[in-house]
Amino acid sequence: MGSVGAAEVPVLLGPDGRRIDGRALDELRPIKITAGSLHQADGSAYVEWGMNKVMAAVYGPREVHPRHLQENNKAIVQCKYNMAAFAVDERKRPGLDRRSQEISKVIAEAFESVIFVEEFPRTSIDVYIEVLQANAGTRCAGIVAASVALADAGIPMVDLLPAVAVGKVGGAIALDLRKEEDNFGEADLPMALVPQSGRLVLIQMEGHMTREELSRSLDLGVAGCRKIYGIMKDALRSRYSPDAPAPRAEVPA
Amino acid sequence: MGNGHRPGHRGRGREGSPSPSDGERVLVLPGEEIPAQGLKPGPGTYRVNGKTYASLLGLVSRRPPVVRVLPLSGRYIPKPNDVVVGTVTDVQGTFWLLDIGAPRWAPLHMTGTPWKIDFGETEQYLRVADSVVVAVESLEATGRIGVTMNGDGLGKLEGGTIITISPAKVPRVIGRGGSMISTITRHTGAKIVVGQNGRVWVNGTPEAMLRVRECLLLIDEEGQRSGLTQRIDSYLASTGTPGEGEGPSHGEDGHRTHRPAADSDEFDGNPPGSERRDPDEDA
Repeated sequence: MGSVGAAEVPVLLGPDGRRIDGRALDELRPIKITAGSLHQADGSAYVEWGMNKVMAAVYGPREVHPRHLQENNKAIVQCKYNMAAFAVDERKRPGLDRRSQEISKVIAEAFESVIFVEEFPRTSIDVYIEVLQANAGTRCAGIVAASVALADAGIPMVDLLPAVAVGKVGGAIALDLRKEEDNFGEADLPMALVPQSGRLVLIQMEGHMTREELSRSLDLGVAGCRKIYGIMKDALRSRYSPDAPAPRAEVPA
Repeated sequence: MGNGHRPGHRGRGREGSPSPSDGERVLVLPGEEIPAQGLKPGPGTYRVNGKTYASLLGLVSRRPPVVRVLPLSGRYIPKPNDVVVGTVTDVQGTFWLLDIGAPRWAPLHMTGTPWKIDFGETEQYLRVADSVVVAVESLEATGRIGVTMNGDGLGKLEGGTIITISPAKVPRVIGRGGSMISTITRHTGAKIVVGQNGRVWVNGTPEAMLRVRECLLLIDEEGQRSGLTQRIDSYLASTGTPGEGEGPSHGEDGHRTHRPAADSDEFDGNPPGSERRDPDEDA
């Protein structure tokens, strides 16, 4: 157990190949998805992923405000990713910052590539992602939540968009980093996959990897996305299948 | 599902809404492959490399020559001749903009009203937040939705309340040949106008409007189940408040303010100035 500066670096990878929380290198954290959890939105979803808690709401297609953003031949996709002040240990300063702006932008662009935007000219499809509790991988959890919310909102798209991060911890390539692994690991590589075509519509990377490690990471991430894809579909199935219990039990007066 | 529906029966459901015409109804999600069996890809589907996929969450419908996905959720997608309930969101010199729950606001031009209006007088007839019953007249490639107020049952709505449900559930609110809506009307005595956009205008005693609201929300929640009309019927019968004056005994014929079976005369919102009363109320 060495130390870097003042921070104590935890042992991220045990001698048995298990990670700090006992997971194997290719193991996801537990994921729970609820589709249609909000009333006012056209579509919504709530995701618990490990210790992440993320709510997504989708509005539209609807009129564009401000008008000048309107596109004559397609819908625009606007995304707002926001992290609550209480989502992390130290209070996060609320509101827009560089990080949330960047994440909003890449998520909006990822969704724009899978939504059939030509079907709704001069409109806006607005995606709101609220991170209520954060433990690494919130942009991926946000994409998963937003994607289920978009399907719940009846918006036509090529496919759902599962997402997961792969990283390098203790010298090994590992799927779905948790907070300690993200903070003290060597690399973090979030990605979003279109299962139907096998295309990746979002990849970012922080840290260092060899080419060979990158290519193994992509394989691991794609396999992880396909597992998450199944969970996303199950959530929508149980919301919409004819014999499912009514999900929106209480109705506001 | 589909207990109450004859498999193989064809054509009653309106386009774009779940209809019982396909026998087994299969739920698909965006990106799932649909066995197209030689059918052309229709709305809610797309084709890549000779394979057909769903682009929407919904139920697969095979009606040769096309296969389509009927949406179970989402905003109202306008179709020509649909009668919808809208709310004024903006007033201009020659037209109003209406929120009909569609992707765009729909312009109602003053020539599409029964009134003779000079330029600039639009606000004397309809103001922001007023509600109207209009019909979808034209759909343009730009996404513009033209609506008109000229037609039977179209006009300004006075009084009452608007209850919003999912547009996908509108066929269940109306019921087979109007069975559901006439059940609700018979038990409550309320006047009801069901817009294809999922906005339902209800007018009657406060108690009646609340009970109609309960029914509509129940249908919205559980519209995918069978036997709903009977459940609504027994619910209303069991909660009927005596002394309301609108008991089931009155209502065999007169309270049918709404006959949705045929496509044309589906709506019975009263045009302004011609407050028609139900015959029973006069008695």
